[in-house]
Amino acid sequence: MVMMMSDLKFTKDHEWLLISGSQATVGITEFAQEQLGDVVFVELPEVGSEYSQGDEVAVIESVKAAGEIVAPLAGKVVEVNEELADNPELVNESPLQDGWFVKMELNDGVDLSELMSESEYQEFTAE
Amino acid sequence: MSETILKTPLYDLHVELGGRMVPFAGYSMPVQYPLGIKGEHLHCRDQAGLFDVSHMGQLIIRGEGLALALEKLIPVDLQALAKNQQTYAVLTNEEGGILDDLIICKWEEDCFFLVVNAACKEQDIAHLKSHLEGFDFEILEDRALLALQGLQAAEVMKRFAEPACELTFMNGCHCEFDGAPVYITRSGYTGEDGFEISVENASVEKVARALLACDEVEPIGLGARDSLRLEAGLCLYGHDMNTQTSPIEASLIWSISKSRRRDGAKAAGFLGAERVLNDIELGVSRKRVGFLVEGRLPVREGAGIFDADGNQVGEITSGGFGPSINAPVAMGYVPLSLAKPDTQLTAKVRNKDIVITVAKTPFVPQRYFRG
Repeated sequence: MVMMMSDLKFTKDHEWLLISGSQATVGITEFAQEQLGDVVFVELPEVGSEYSQGDEVAVIESVKAAGEIVAPLAGKVVEVNEELADNPELVNESPLQDGWFVKMELNDGVDLSELMSESEYQEFTAE
Repeated sequence: MSETILKTPLYDLHVELGGRMVPFAGYSMPVQYPLGIKGEHLHCRDQAGLFDVSHMGQLIIRGEGLALALEKLIPVDLQALAKNQQTYAVLTNEEGGILDDLIICKWEEDCFFLVVNAACKEQDIAHLKSHLEGFDFEILEDRALLALQGLQAAEVMKRFAEPACELTFMNGCHCEFDGAPVYITRSGYTGEDGFEISVENASVEKVARALLACDEVEPIGLGARDSLRLEAGLCLYGHDMNTQTSPIEASLIWSISKSRRRDGAKAAGFLGAERVLNDIELGVSRKRVGFLVEGRLPVREGAGIFDADGNQVGEITSGGFGPSINAPVAMGYVPLSLAKPDTQLTAKVRNKDIVITVAKTPFVPQRYFRG
């Protein structure tokens, strides 16, 4: 999977989404992994679980602290990145690609207008 | 209490090195550098790490009869220490709880050098002064403190201050580091061989830069400092013990000199001795133990500990991921009946039961240089 930063959408929770049709791949940003520090454990949801926007979907434990992944939009988890169970460090090494967390089937009519573009997100983190 | 955040003399260097600065015990300190906590931790064990611990309190107390006077506050045989020998000790309160843990070094018969925790230093000094009237206190605000720790620490130190490399664990000497007068002890809080260097504020940057210029040395932040001490099974004041905890409950009986225990030549005679010595004689109902954790989910401070029937029996007081053993490790308090190594218990993390097993500490072998 090759993606460009410009294809991505971002949230204020420092997550990124790659939206393709009705599905979204979700991960955390470079900024977020940097803040979190070395990830040692990732707790992933079960495929099929449904979430409202803002629900806790996954938990990330770094050497420093615990953090969470929240559902950026409402939907159902259709795939999880099993690789993270054995290699949680992928979140640090490749947050935008190999370190993705979940793929979600988005609910109909979810509001994409709150999502930020790359440049908006850069501005947001610079604040 | 002042609201202003304090800086050590190495603040600008930390920033230059890319340190992520966080408030800690009133100081702005680096929690990590670009290498990251895990990388710093592993580097320190395998090679050498440099820590700025200048936020800690350093003081000198002088006066005739000081050793005996200090023995009223510290359950250690201070008279028996050799010149330039130091020891780990707890400062007890009237109730036999722990006010702080510290390092005390005998410079002369009537002169001791102390290093105390940053968060406790004002309170410790007030406590010491109130019990040691007539003695002379010199608070070393003009001195910084560095720790150089790790397998290669002695190899590095040899290039700058050879006399320090002759020292064995828990001994110190006055010497020069690149021309700067320093007091170096063979000690630290990582479980590794290493040194602590007390140096004037004006010279500390030069010393730090000289050490960092060595290929073996990386700067280490508070994050790795914590994971290193946790793997070494060492207590963190305010977390693994406090004013309610007796040193016996905290599994620090080794820090109490034999001569200060019941039937010893200088038994009791320190604050809270009755409780502490009763705890030794009659046993305690709970004690601090180490835990190995099943799986990779770190069990952190505050997590409840439960027995096989689901009853809460204790609490985790320190926990995290141990990069060297590549697994989570923790410590906490449990009833004596559940404190034997290999006892299986569970800890609750986000309503999940995590299997934890009582384990001997340290979790990694100590590599102190004992000669």
